[in-house]
Amino acid sequence: MSLLSFLGRRAVHSIFVLFGLSIVIFVISRIMPGDPARMAVGARAPQWVVDNLREQMHLDEPLYAQYYYWLTDALQGDFGISLVTRRPVADDIKEFFPATLELALFAGVIMGTGGILLGTLSARHKDKWADNVVRIISYLGVVTPSFVFAILFLLLFGMTLEWMPTMGRLSLDIPRPPRVTGLMTVDSLLAGNPRAFFDSIWHLILPALALAMGGLAQEARITRSTMSDNLSKDYVASGRSLGIPENVMMGSFLLKPSLIPTISILGLDFAATMGNAFLVEMIFIWPGLSRYGINAMLRKDLNAIAAVILVLGVVFILVNIIVDLVVAQLDPRIRLAPGRGE
Amino acid sequence: MTAEVASQVRPRNRRIESLGRNWYKFSRNPMSIIGLVTVLLITFLAVFAPGVPPYPEHAGAYVDFASASQPPSVQHPFGTDVIGRDVMSRIFFGFRFSLLMGVIVLTLVVPPGVVLGLVAGYHQGSALETGIMRVTDIFLAVPPLILALAITSVLTPNLFNAMLAISLMWWPWYTRLVYGLSSTLRSEFFVNSAVAIGASTSHILFREILPNCVSPIFTKMSLDMGWVILIGSALSFVGLGVQPPKPGLGTMVADGATYLPDQWWISAFPALAIVVIVLGFNLLGDGLRDMFAAEEV
Repeated sequence: MSLLSFLGRRAVHSIFVLFGLSIVIFVISRIMPGDPARMAVGARAPQWVVDNLREQMHLDEPLYAQYYYWLTDALQGDFGISLVTRRPVADDIKEFFPATLELALFAGVIMGTGGILLGTLSARHKDKWADNVVRIISYLGVVTPSFVFAILFLLLFGMTLEWMPTMGRLSLDIPRPPRVTGLMTVDSLLAGNPRAFFDSIWHLILPALALAMGGLAQEARITRSTMSDNLSKDYVASGRSLGIPENVMMGSFLLKPSLIPTISILGLDFAATMGNAFLVEMIFIWPGLSRYGINAMLRKDLNAIAAVILVLGVVFILVNIIVDLVVAQLDPRIRLAPGRGE
Repeated sequence: MTAEVASQVRPRNRRIESLGRNWYKFSRNPMSIIGLVTVLLITFLAVFAPGVPPYPEHAGAYVDFASASQPPSVQHPFGTDVIGRDVMSRIFFGFRFSLLMGVIVLTLVVPPGVVLGLVAGYHQGSALETGIMRVTDIFLAVPPLILALAITSVLTPNLFNAMLAISLMWWPWYTRLVYGLSSTLRSEFFVNSAVAIGASTSHILFREILPNCVSPIFTKMSLDMGWVILIGSALSFVGLGVQPPKPGLGTMVADGATYLPDQWWISAFPALAIVVIVLGFNLLGDGLRDMFAAEEV
């Protein structure tokens, strides 16, 4: 099956999923008890204001008509006005999304490299002390909630040892680089400001690490188990008998086939990162989409909630497509197999 | 005579024997035993929470400023919080909410998830299969925590709605698991024979295919107890789960976080409690998986 038809099928499937997701989100934003128009203007507003707003929001029309209006607006990038910031939700998303993306990408890199390194180390020294240490770390990493890691790191490295900054994306005394992409690291590089660049990376480390711990542990476990399975294969034995050093063996022959399950899970974990960012961003006062989303949820800001979920859904679907492509690239059997890819 | 005795005795013996063999496989890994003991201990503490802890009345809106913010001591092994409540007693009650959440969510989620998976897997290529699996895809397209947070926040935030929201997000995992199993099992010989003798679809689904899916389902349930508790604690950490003054573990971590690092015990012990409970269910689940895997060899 060609790459193009693979992509085409995935695209059709993704559009379908997004369409379904939009229905789910719409229903969620309408199951709230009470009158959304009354919620929006407050309890003391006169009745005619509420009535006007009801008409504006099409609240008197049947549900499917409301959905139609909501969807056509959303497709044009219009998610309505946020009740909290009193600005168009789309503007808020544009402002806050890059911070979350930067954090999640950084966490993804930590998860991937850290997990694969630890897993390989563990498989290389199976049942030795290094393996045992990695296994204990990965168990604890999987079962500890990200908000506990966040608090722990904040306390230990931020407040007690005072090594790391504890909040925000940049130190206050450093002038902000002009906003181009919204990613602080990229923007400071574009502005030719190395000080801001290193400072923003410095700010990223703790929250990204807290966010990455769960996934990192998961990736280490999976890499370890696939690697140690593959180590018992015939081609490894024949490689050894030819005198290929163990490290070369692991690096050049074993790593690639062993990475396929890890990368599939990495995609899922990256997506889960977007969910856990809700908690970590709160703790590190990170001005991202998730923190915006949590505030919207705590204040029942329906337009903002719907938009945040929809954006995260789109990201999740894109990540999954990318993961499928990478896995297909790594494994020719998947790329060439006819009819797969549902 | 001996043959007669043997035929009478054997079925019971065999059951005991296989139980013993399973126990042997399960207990070969000491971690599984640790998991089992942890889970049993926590269940005991949760069930008898009103009787076990030294200060059961501290679970609610109890105030004793005289003994506020005390570090761990003999009277209060995990210390007291800022209004003088015994942290250990509150954690034991917190286990109650955590386990309750896990059990209720799984009871709500497993039956519909499993049935949908069975049906979709058995009716390969039908519109029914496509419908069920596409809806499953939609629910799996967003990390469960996000939608659970959104649903709870839109409804009134409390324990019941948190459980409802998590359940709404969780069934697709079972559908997908059982779908995979039943779509391979449907072409097995025993299923074909059942079809040939005219067995009804429900007989095939529930008496032929389902029994062969039981071990992965149980393994997943044990692991999921941990994950549901984890997500539940995240919800109460944000303030959308168990509502104060009730002692949710996540709520306690969040409340105590204000007094860090000086009064570390207020949130450190509840956090540790979450880790222990999730770890327990994980070790148990892994033990079950190893046991069932060994069974198939």
